[in-house]
Amino acid sequence: MSATDTVSSLQSTLLARFSYLTPRSGSADHPAVNVPAENLVSFATALRDELGFDMLTDIAGADWDQESPRFAAVYHFVRTAKCEYLRVVCAAPDDVAPSIPSLVALYPSANWFEREAHDMFGIDFAGHPDLRRILMWDSYPWHPLRKEFPLAGKETDIPSDDQIEGARTKVRPAPLAGGPFVATPGKTMHDGEPHGKDQSWNETQPKPTR
Amino acid sequence: MSSSTTEYGYNSKVEGEVIVTKADAVINWVRSNSVWPMPMGLACCAIELMGSGGSRFDISRFGMEVMRFSPRQSDCMIVAGTVTYKMAEVVRRIYDQMAEPKWVVAMGACASSGGMFRSYATLQGVDRILPVDVYISGCPPKPEALLDGMMLLQEKIRREPATKTLLRPRPSRIVDTKVVA
Repeated sequence: MSATDTVSSLQSTLLARFSYLTPRSGSADHPAVNVPAENLVSFATALRDELGFDMLTDIAGADWDQESPRFAAVYHFVRTAKCEYLRVVCAAPDDVAPSIPSLVALYPSANWFEREAHDMFGIDFAGHPDLRRILMWDSYPWHPLRKEFPLAGKETDIPSDDQIEGARTKVRPAPLAGGPFVATPGKTMHDGEPHGKDQSWNETQPKPTR
Repeated sequence: MSSSTTEYGYNSKVEGEVIVTKADAVINWVRSNSVWPMPMGLACCAIELMGSGGSRFDISRFGMEVMRFSPRQSDCMIVAGTVTYKMAEVVRRIYDQMAEPKWVVAMGACASSGGMFRSYATLQGVDRILPVDVYISGCPPKPEALLDGMMLLQEKIRREPATKTLLRPRPSRIVDTKVVA
């Protein structure tokens, strides 16, 4: 039995057993299924207790911009006994105030993953015991990995418990001359160094409209 | 007639165990040759900073080997690495705890200008929150570059009017740079 057969057999087994699952096409490596938010906890419970998926290695947030449902959480479960991965995608029903049930009670590793997805995408993981920001500071008003958020950032106050006299700076949009700095392997060291793709504009000279 | 064993320096028999000099020269001589760095290591620059302390580059040749992790015992903050906005308050707070006189070295591209991290999370240059004396280019700078920068700092210290400012706190030198929109 080849690896591809294992992938498809696991996916078909899951699809046959859990009627609420839908297959997720386009996965090149691991079997992938979509699960509705209301069935996520019961599905994860079955994965852990009955199917031997004893490890949750990652939760990634996703923002599909104009599509609906807009926000999703992508889970990677591992069956360590067979070294098998399973990708589970759970879309948030609400596009404006996205909410997905928390898996912390089932998998303790979900704690920080969910905090990160909450921080970066603003997804509310219902039932999380301590849903604080994990990367940005607590008073930060935005969710930086949402599609509408500019990479350069937006102006806001820096975190400070008591305004320090000397540090009266603010978060300001970063000068993104030429877009994000990209390192491209080149013939010479100079070509390979990180630089913007388009150097024709900078913080004083506006970006030309196309 | 002078032979190869003649001492040209201080001769107690001639000078009578007295040295005549300027107070500035003495104070700055002491300060510049015993800079105690505060290693504010925040990213890969800190590795090069550690390399500078090792035997190959040996920062102790310039009297700077006493890296103190307590800001109260150090007088030169070497900001080595990327400063995020979340960390900016901490960096400034540590700087405030250092005793005067104190100096700041921005080591590497990130500390100097934000480097390649042009993003919502990165402070675009530590000079927005600290008065930087010396900027060192490089990503990360080699230990030689750090030593060169520290020698520049020594030269800068030697030019300071130390006597005038000895009993007076130096004015806050922070200038929040404005970005032209």
